[in-house]
Amino acid sequence: MNKVYNNRAWWLILPMLLLVAFTAIIPLMTVVNYSVQDVFDAHTRFFTGTEWFKQMLNDPALQAALVRQFAFSLTVLAIEVPLGIGIALIMPKKGWQASAMLILVTMPLLIPWNVVGSIWQIFTRGDIGLMGWGLRELGYGYNITANPVDAWATIILMDVWHWTPLIALLCFSGLRSIPDAYYQAARIDRASKWAIFRHIQLPKLTNVLVIGVLLRFMYSFKIYAEPFVLTGGGPGSSTTFLSQSLTTMAIGQQDLGPSAAFSLIYFLIILLVCWVFYTAIMNMQKDDKNKEG
Amino acid sequence: MAEITLKSLAHTYLADPTSSEDYAIREMDHVWHQGGAYALLGPSGCGKSTLLNIISGLLEPSSGEVLFDGELVNDMPPEARNIAQVFQFPVVYDTMTVYDNLAFPLRNVKTPEARVHERVMEVADVLELTAQLKRKAKNLTADEKQKVSMGRGLVRDDVAAILFDEPLTVIDPQLKWKLRRKLKEIHQRFGVTMIYVTHDQLEASTFADKIAVMYEGQIVQFGTPRELFEEPRHTFVGYFIGSPGMNFLDVVMSDGRVMSGDAELVVGQHICDAVAHADSSNIKLGIRPEFIEVHPEPIEGGMEARVDYAQDLGTFSIVHLMLGNVVLKARIAEDQATPSSKAWLRFPDDRLGLYIDEYRVESGHE
Repeated sequence: MNKVYNNRAWWLILPMLLLVAFTAIIPLMTVVNYSVQDVFDAHTRFFTGTEWFKQMLNDPALQAALVRQFAFSLTVLAIEVPLGIGIALIMPKKGWQASAMLILVTMPLLIPWNVVGSIWQIFTRGDIGLMGWGLRELGYGYNITANPVDAWATIILMDVWHWTPLIALLCFSGLRSIPDAYYQAARIDRASKWAIFRHIQLPKLTNVLVIGVLLRFMYSFKIYAEPFVLTGGGPGSSTTFLSQSLTTMAIGQQDLGPSAAFSLIYFLIILLVCWVFYTAIMNMQKDDKNKEG
Repeated sequence: MAEITLKSLAHTYLADPTSSEDYAIREMDHVWHQGGAYALLGPSGCGKSTLLNIISGLLEPSSGEVLFDGELVNDMPPEARNIAQVFQFPVVYDTMTVYDNLAFPLRNVKTPEARVHERVMEVADVLELTAQLKRKAKNLTADEKQKVSMGRGLVRDDVAAILFDEPLTVIDPQLKWKLRRKLKEIHQRFGVTMIYVTHDQLEASTFADKIAVMYEGQIVQFGTPRELFEEPRHTFVGYFIGSPGMNFLDVVMSDGRVMSGDAELVVGQHICDAVAHADSSNIKLGIRPEFIEVHPEPIEGGMEARVDYAQDLGTFSIVHLMLGNVVLKARIAEDQATPSSKAWLRFPDDRLGLYIDEYRVESGHE
């Protein structure tokens, strides 16, 4: 095929560039704008450089929230990913049972975030909530407003309940796409159940799991409505995550400069973690350069 | 290593079959002897793969028995049958290296690592995969992947049989030829029973000592490539084997003459008798294009035919003839004169087959 070199073809990317500019770059730039200035009113502002960024990075409350945020995200991922794979593996493969199971599993995904928070808020109440009442009746002094451990456990349980179905659904579709020949070959090769999982199912799930883990990491890192409704960030600040700290600062205190700097840091952390994770996984699939003959 | 016996075996994919058409495998008895190189030849959808999957245990037959060395294995899963099978499309374990792929079937039964290494190196050598051993299977080309799939079957030296389900479909022609030779070599070296499913007669006859031709869920003939060519037991074998396939003429007796369409056939007396005494009205005479004598001049006992056209295929040509309103194909050697408009034909008696209800009947002179 003859390739024609014509630099005017660059103009063809203009529509896409404009679209991206309006949807992503311009809104983001306004945040960048605020993050390097101290704005008093429409006419008075001072350039502050990296001052807000330094202040935010050195804020002990935010550092604590960041640590909590990582602890939370890693915990839910560590539970939801294996659990989701497990559920996908035992889900019925065909017939009406498969459809019924799919609907059942999908249900929590359809519930809006703050409704999930409300449901669990009521569910865990000691007087009328089934779980709160039940645990107390069993002799455990369950109280999410007083005991940080209870609050943490409940938020994690809630997130697992809400989001494990996503991983399960992704894995279920991934498993369905494995041709029968693979299972047949494995039987012929006398592979054990574990070997089939380890060498056929898990490798074939890699792609959906990458998507699942990335989505779950981003969502859990941004979690806001559910803990806000359930615990309000308490007791104390034990369940105050990053987005709630940010909201308090930006909306509650109208500290636009620091909030903007904080938002950018927040965004860059998510971007960095996703990039590192994705690159690491993709590298795993390549041949080892040193070994290649 | 085992002798594989199929006893009144039948299989259907339907819950309640009503007629014989509902069966993928119609009731059959067959024996695959220990150490043979067999081909299972037939068109797509004739039940070849079904039969293979029943032998390996991936599929449970609707009725009948599968015996390995006289032992009933119907209830044994493939894992317990110790059988190797290579599928039409390559199956490799993506995340493993080629070496680990080949070692997988052996490691699954806890073979000592020294033995694994020995076998893997041997098979890799035969399949010319040695240079790729350390690469991840995911990054191989389709034919390299298929070689790995085949290697996993060959690496086990104690198997009852190795089954190949059209294993060379994805491989390009040149390598195909080479791999077929390799398989044959491996067969001779290890003496393991091999059953090779294919729809390509050339592939079947270069690989196998004996070919089972399948048609509509039945093995219609089991024999050497030569037997299939010279004495097809069923009209389908005649059509399917040979290029072009066998000529079949519908014949009837009329006033003591053997007629096909509006042409009278000059055939031996025993054939006349057999046609006259047949119980069925489905009577055919079959003759291979190679065996029709074509003469450019009138000859004694020759049937006059019109030459429609001739295809020159280099070393031979195919002449399309009209005997009355019956179309015939004859294959004549390059050095033989090709008749241009008229030809006189003769059917040598010993090359003519009589088929009643599609099956060959002995016509007396043999």
